[in-house]
Amino acid sequence: MTLALNIFTVLAVSAGTFFFLAGTAGLLRFPDALTRLHALTKADNLGLGLIVLGLLPLVERSFGALKLISIWLLVQLSGAIVAQLIADFVRRREPLS
Amino acid sequence: MTLTFIFNVVLVALLLTVATWIIVARAAFSAAVAFVAYGLLLALVWVELSAIDVALTEAAIGSGVTGMLLLGAASRLRETEATAVPAGRPLTSAVAVLCALIAAGLAAIVLFPPSIVFTLAPQAMARLPESGLGNPVAGVLFVYRAFDTLLEKVVLVLALVSVWSLAPDRFWGGVPGLHVYQQPNSVLTLLAQLLAPLGIVMGIYMFWTGANNPGGAFQGGTVLAAMWVLVMIAGLQNVPSTDRRALRYLVVLGPSIFLTIGLAGFLLANGFLAYPPGYAKPLIIVAEAALTLSIGVTLGLLTAGPPERVAR
Repeated sequence: MTLALNIFTVLAVSAGTFFFLAGTAGLLRFPDALTRLHALTKADNLGLGLIVLGLLPLVERSFGALKLISIWLLVQLSGAIVAQLIADFVRRREPLS
Repeated sequence: MTLTFIFNVVLVALLLTVATWIIVARAAFSAAVAFVAYGLLLALVWVELSAIDVALTEAAIGSGVTGMLLLGAASRLRETEATAVPAGRPLTSAVAVLCALIAAGLAAIVLFPPSIVFTLAPQAMARLPESGLGNPVAGVLFVYRAFDTLLEKVVLVLALVSVWSLAPDRFWGGVPGLHVYQQPNSVLTLLAQLLAPLGIVMGIYMFWTGANNPGGAFQGGTVLAAMWVLVMIAGLQNVPSTDRRALRYLVVLGPSIFLTIGLAGFLLANGFLAYPPGYAKPLIIVAEAALTLSIGVTLGLLTAGPPERVAR
């Protein structure tokens, strides 16, 4: 059981890290602000979500698990909204033709 | 080589890279953005050194509030930046030499530590239970070095007065020129509505738990200030004019209560800022509660900037 949980943790955290790497690559390589935002939000939502999911079996008390999940939810909320605000700003400055 | 060691090396390398970037960045705005990232990395370093209180303060004040103030200053200076005259070679060289000397001095202290280390930590820890506080950092701030803490809060009020003094005479006591997001009912409104209640609870919790765990008035007050600024930027609440009586009382409430408790020490205990035996913790909690509120209002007003409009 412990082995299975450990394997799950390694897989989920690795997958999360992959999304962060991909997001960073996108941030550096994509041509404009909107596509870069698209890359970043993937890292925030999926990457952090998978890392939190992977860490959950390692948490000793259920209160800690609740904290981890709320961190993910808060980052989701602020990340999604800040991405919207930046996108809105970009769109109004350089409207799509 | 353990994983922790590799992590620490990477962390320090990142920190130095970002620090270099702040110095060489051409635009003030980029430098300010990098400064925020630098503060968050530095907070991680403090966590690695087991200084959670310092890490919280660095993230909240060093990165958050200072970053916000620098970003505000950078965006105000943006129009004049292109025409600004760069500092001359003698000045930049002097700054470089002084910074190098400070760095060399710090490096010398770290690389060649004195053979006999003088520390008051055991004595401080031995008598900490008398204060009723469980967090040694809170003990140092409010018992052993309470005078420093008092001055720190007074400095914050002075800083606010200085920022207000930047206003032209006709706007004195007017409304700060905080940039309010123009569109009503946007996603920002949603963020302010969802996050502000959570943040207020979090800020109060950080102050309350500060007696026994990492946290305290400054960190809690900063979170409260951030929530207030968010609500104002989202347009859910008007930016108050700076001549509002209640607002000014709130700014000085914390320092005044702390000072009163300090003066009462002459009568009830054996000197300035001394607490009567057995009453230390309740008095500290009262002072901290008032300080949290004052810090929140003061930092919020600092972020809002100098008055730029006449009060309605």
